[in-house]
Amino acid sequence: MIGGGLIYAMAGVVLFAIGLYGFIIHAHLVRRLIAFNIMGSGVFLVLVGLPQRVAGTPPDRVSEALVLTGIVVAVSATAFGLALVRRLYDLTGETRLPNDPRPEP
Amino acid sequence: MSAVYGPIRQIAAALAWILGIGLSAAIVALSRPDFGLAELVEAHLEESGVRHPVTAVLLNYRGYDTLLEIAVLLLAVLGILAFRPPGPASIPDAAPDSSPVLAALSRLIVPLIVLAAGYLLWAGAHRPGGAFQAGAVLAGGGVLLRLTGTIPSFESPNAWLRVSLVVGLGVFLAVAALPLFEGSRLLEYRTAEAAMAILVVESALTVSIAAILATAFIGAAPPRIRCMSPSRPAHSAEGERAGQS
Repeated sequence: MIGGGLIYAMAGVVLFAIGLYGFIIHAHLVRRLIAFNIMGSGVFLVLVGLPQRVAGTPPDRVSEALVLTGIVVAVSATAFGLALVRRLYDLTGETRLPNDPRPEP
Repeated sequence: MSAVYGPIRQIAAALAWILGIGLSAAIVALSRPDFGLAELVEAHLEESGVRHPVTAVLLNYRGYDTLLEIAVLLLAVLGILAFRPPGPASIPDAAPDSSPVLAALSRLIVPLIVLAAGYLLWAGAHRPGGAFQAGAVLAGGGVLLRLTGTIPSFESPNAWLRVSLVVGLGVFLAVAALPLFEGSRLLEYRTAEAAMAILVVESALTVSIAAILATAFIGAAPPRIRCMSPSRPAHSAEGERAGQS
């Protein structure tokens, strides 16, 4: 029998794919950070939903705790990434990596 | 928009579709799960010192995760402070919104935020809640106070803030090391002491997490408070849009 968790895991997979797409096509570093966070949210959804993909399974507390830890680490890493991006902008006026091979917009 | 057009876009879309469909198929095809660690978590809940299984996992069974997590938070905020824009932080703060509604509302909300954080911290022992939630709520209060101009920015963190930043990791390390003196291993609390150890660690973590998250916001931007001012024409429409959103 299909549990409700499967829907969350599927939504997580979709989010991950959308985030990956955005991560590849965007050169602007803030957009890439956002895309990376969307990918991370997808992973969290998969981690929470997957243990409950069969109806009647108890929630997996260990994966829930892992997701909690992951969210906090993702928040702090994103904040640090934003600080780096702004520093790059201050120093060079660029919002993309200097050796980005993608064409100028 | 600095996006890529042309073939890379199609390749990226194809990759995302393949990955999405492939992973979905893999998830559906997974065999029926056994009960994993859920039973183990429940079986030892009595010994963990708390009654909520997620808190037990975070602060007892997998204390290493949380210890390293607060260390990562501290490293991140140190990095943010290290990369803060140069220049004098003595640029006067932008005048806070003079609306009386905002001031009154923040005075009303902030005590409620502190109350909610205290409740979340306490509730973590027996229901969803805990140090990270409480710290995040407190940090939200700090950001609110900064945005309404109630608390100033800083040139460098003062002694109190420095202590707040490290107290979580410091207390956690000290409590984690205590069992070493009793011949046990790192983070192996005795059952009788586990509840007190977790409460002490969570209280210190709450202070640190609130300080770290608020500093990541406030401390990252001292000279940029007036980034919307007309004296910075270099920051064209894009910067202003980012500032407004």
